[in-house]
Amino acid sequence: MNKPIRTISIFCMVLFLALMANATYLQYWQADALNKDARNRRIIQEAFSRERGAILVSRNPVAESVETDDEYKFQRTYPQPFKYAPVTGWFSYYSQTGIEQSQNDVLSGDDSRLFVTRLVDLVNGNNTEGGRVSLTLDPAAQTAAFDGLRALGDGVQGAVVAIEPSTGKVLANVSLPTYDPNLLASHDFASVSENYDRLNADPAKPLLNRGIQTTLPPGSTFKLVTAAAAIESGNWDASSTVPAGATYQLPETHGPTGLIDNDGRTQCDPKQIPFEVAMEYSCNTTFAQLGIEVGAEAMLEQAEAFGFNDHYLDDLGPQAFSVYPVGANKPQTGQSAIGQFDVRSTPLQMAMVAAGIANGGVVMKPYYVDEVQSADLDILDKTTPSELSSAVSATTANELTKLMVATVAEGTASPGAIDGVEVAGKTGTAQSGVEGKPPYAWYVSFAPADDPQVAVAVMIESVPGQATDEIAGGLLGGPIAKAVMEAVIR
Amino acid sequence: MSQSGMIMEFVHRRRRGAELFLLVLALAVGVGAYAAVGLGVEGEVPTGLLTYGGWLAGLVVVAHVVVRFVAPYADPVLLPVVAALNGLGLAIIHRLDLSLDTTYARQQLTWMSLGVLLFVVTLVVLRDHRVLQRFTYTSGLAAIVLLLLPLVPGLGTEINGAQIWINVGPFSFQPGEVAKLLLVVTFAGYLVLHRDALALAGRRVLFVDLPRGRDLGPILLMWLVSLGILVFQTDLGSSLLFFGLFLIMLYVATERAGWLIVGGGLFLGGALLAYRFEPHVRIRVDTWLHPFDFYDDADGAKSYQLVESMFGMGWGGLLGRGLGLGMPQRIPRAESDFIMGALGEELGLTGVIAVIVLYGLIVERALRASLICRDGFGKLMAVGLGSVVALQVFVVIGGVTRLIPLTGLTTPFLSYGGSSLVANWVLIALLLRISDHARRPAPMLAVDDDADAEATQVVKMQVDEGVGR
Repeated sequence: MNKPIRTISIFCMVLFLALMANATYLQYWQADALNKDARNRRIIQEAFSRERGAILVSRNPVAESVETDDEYKFQRTYPQPFKYAPVTGWFSYYSQTGIEQSQNDVLSGDDSRLFVTRLVDLVNGNNTEGGRVSLTLDPAAQTAAFDGLRALGDGVQGAVVAIEPSTGKVLANVSLPTYDPNLLASHDFASVSENYDRLNADPAKPLLNRGIQTTLPPGSTFKLVTAAAAIESGNWDASSTVPAGATYQLPETHGPTGLIDNDGRTQCDPKQIPFEVAMEYSCNTTFAQLGIEVGAEAMLEQAEAFGFNDHYLDDLGPQAFSVYPVGANKPQTGQSAIGQFDVRSTPLQMAMVAAGIANGGVVMKPYYVDEVQSADLDILDKTTPSELSSAVSATTANELTKLMVATVAEGTASPGAIDGVEVAGKTGTAQSGVEGKPPYAWYVSFAPADDPQVAVAVMIESVPGQATDEIAGGLLGGPIAKAVMEAVIR
Repeated sequence: MSQSGMIMEFVHRRRRGAELFLLVLALAVGVGAYAAVGLGVEGEVPTGLLTYGGWLAGLVVVAHVVVRFVAPYADPVLLPVVAALNGLGLAIIHRLDLSLDTTYARQQLTWMSLGVLLFVVTLVVLRDHRVLQRFTYTSGLAAIVLLLLPLVPGLGTEINGAQIWINVGPFSFQPGEVAKLLLVVTFAGYLVLHRDALALAGRRVLFVDLPRGRDLGPILLMWLVSLGILVFQTDLGSSLLFFGLFLIMLYVATERAGWLIVGGGLFLGGALLAYRFEPHVRIRVDTWLHPFDFYDDADGAKSYQLVESMFGMGWGGLLGRGLGLGMPQRIPRAESDFIMGALGEELGLTGVIAVIVLYGLIVERALRASLICRDGFGKLMAVGLGSVVALQVFVVIGGVTRLIPLTGLTTPFLSYGGSSLVANWVLIALLLRISDHARRPAPMLAVDDDADAEATQVVKMQVDEGVGR
């Protein structure tokens, strides 16, 4: 019987070798795929229980992990939840958004830049501690923007974005209505789901960062782009006279639908007026004609040079694309030139237009992450500012600045004026295009005009209780922009 | 062992000292793992470590001393391997207890004590394994009764879809685990008597000796019994185990590969029929092929357990999360069939391979005892017992690691479960008894120079030793 016993022993060996080979396949070759499976709660739970790095604004945490006694060991907390929520996002058991999501590798400690730290932790037997992310936000500017926007009243919907023109650093990004990310980071998962469902279903969309995720018609603030295209064409400068008129019938149209007027601003009535006056009083008839004059193609190129129709934001997402219509005909170009028709912009995009003009025509790529630090505060990486595009020449930028300064000094943008500082600005009031919905108020500015340190865009989508005709960019947005600029300059 | 096959006057040494040394290592594994679990889960050495370690050591020492007195020539590796596996299993069950707030480990320790007691009783009472040959038909009948018990209304309970448990008072009991031992005895007794008839008659078709039609009776009967277990008790694992066991023993007894072909054909046919007509077999196959489709299926997550175990093993990787530092409690019933998933998560591939090697050692030792055994009955029994372990380990670990479709069987010595643990301790006792007989010096044969005369001679075994290394 020994021969079959030997055969059986070989058979058994094959069985055991197959088991070992298969276990090796499962635990070595397949392990990565299993760990990446979105349904793998072990990975999620482990990430959730890790000591996650803090998100800092001027060395103060706006998101940090605090030790707890429960099974997850650390609780993510947001000390100033409402003010910073649009940027930090939230870190819940189910999902992450904002910086929490985009910088997840650093915060969780998985980033390759933290490799050495991880190695040291491993050798010392410490638990891996995530890296820290220091934001570009200026707490004074953020606070000024937040308080200013909130002061408009309960239920206000709007956003403020401020940029440092020379670098592209985002100094402020406020969005209202906002939410408390602490509610979503809680370890009580039932209440997390409940809160998330409630916030997500809220028609006011509090989870949206309106600064980068809402696009609306920019209205008259878009005239800056039209003016830029006009001056770049070489036919005009700040001291030229430009066509105007009480009304302007768009080419190829008849009757009231194609008729552009100036909402009763009589300064625009003459056939020819100085460019400064046209900008100061935001003459629709002027800019519609300028737009048609430079042509759809040049308008599109100019808008895209400022960042329209493009993706440029890597630190926070998803970024909504600001839109300038491609292939617009003449009447559509006329409408687009005053920020109507299909033109849509995020507040960030309009802040970039102002910043580009302020920075001698060069638009810097906007960013939120200033530094990546290890848990021991070693700086592992610092973002180097980079150029996004050259929107206009330095001369054009200079001419545009003159027009904007005049608009603040003598025109519609005067509520943004600061004593002793030259401010350049432009207001906007855009038709919502929806019956019964009030127009959107915009205010775009930078200061000081001779040495710009901050460019701001304020967008007010709606203010409950405010009558339609009262909404004017200058009136509502001006003071907020002023406060933000003052916070940065002072 | 240091003996070389070259020495003709070969006598097996007792090697009890080696066994004791290996037992100390095995205890270190068990108690060390228990301490590591405490450190991992609660951050401190568990307070009951001394009591626990003392109890475990006591059991092991008792077993060792009994072996020393009543089976002095028994294989020295089997007992330490089993002690290590049992200790490791206890530690992992204890680890799951800590997370799930259960007390399975304490019960398992009680069952282990009972297992060691029966181990001792078996060795003391059964001084010669050949006595068992008298009970060939009695044990066969007992096995069939035991297998039928779960189907008796009021006695059987269905747990996890399989009708393989019976309730006696407060205890539930898995008769299949005991039946596998009885079946080994029955098959060995039957085959050793009828092997000549089964082996010699038949015709040759395409280089393969096929058995006679009338000799097909027993294999068909066993096939039907296995199918019956599959259909009526929906127990895929036991069915596979019993039929595979029978086939291997039949092949060893008759030395005819033809039986394997007939049996393999019957198995394939049965498997196809079962897949076609048995919904629970079909589910097992479907979840094996596409486990991730059934992980969070709306109508019952049929592969939740399997996929959780796979996630755990993948997360464990090469070295594991460390005892007490993973989340094996995520796997439903990890203390039972899926204990390898928990082990793979916390001890990694390294731990899994180590455990598979330990099982491989048991099987190797059993087959070695079979090779050197002098009587046909003992040979067949040793092969049968070794094959039971090999098949059961393959079926359950293969199922958990998705090598083959999942079937419900316990992992010997590791899984929580009284009947399984006790039965396996008795299995080891039987193996030790056979190996004690096989290795005991037999003076009248040891000097026999007529080496090739008979297959069961000691001289021939020496050559086997050399080859086997």
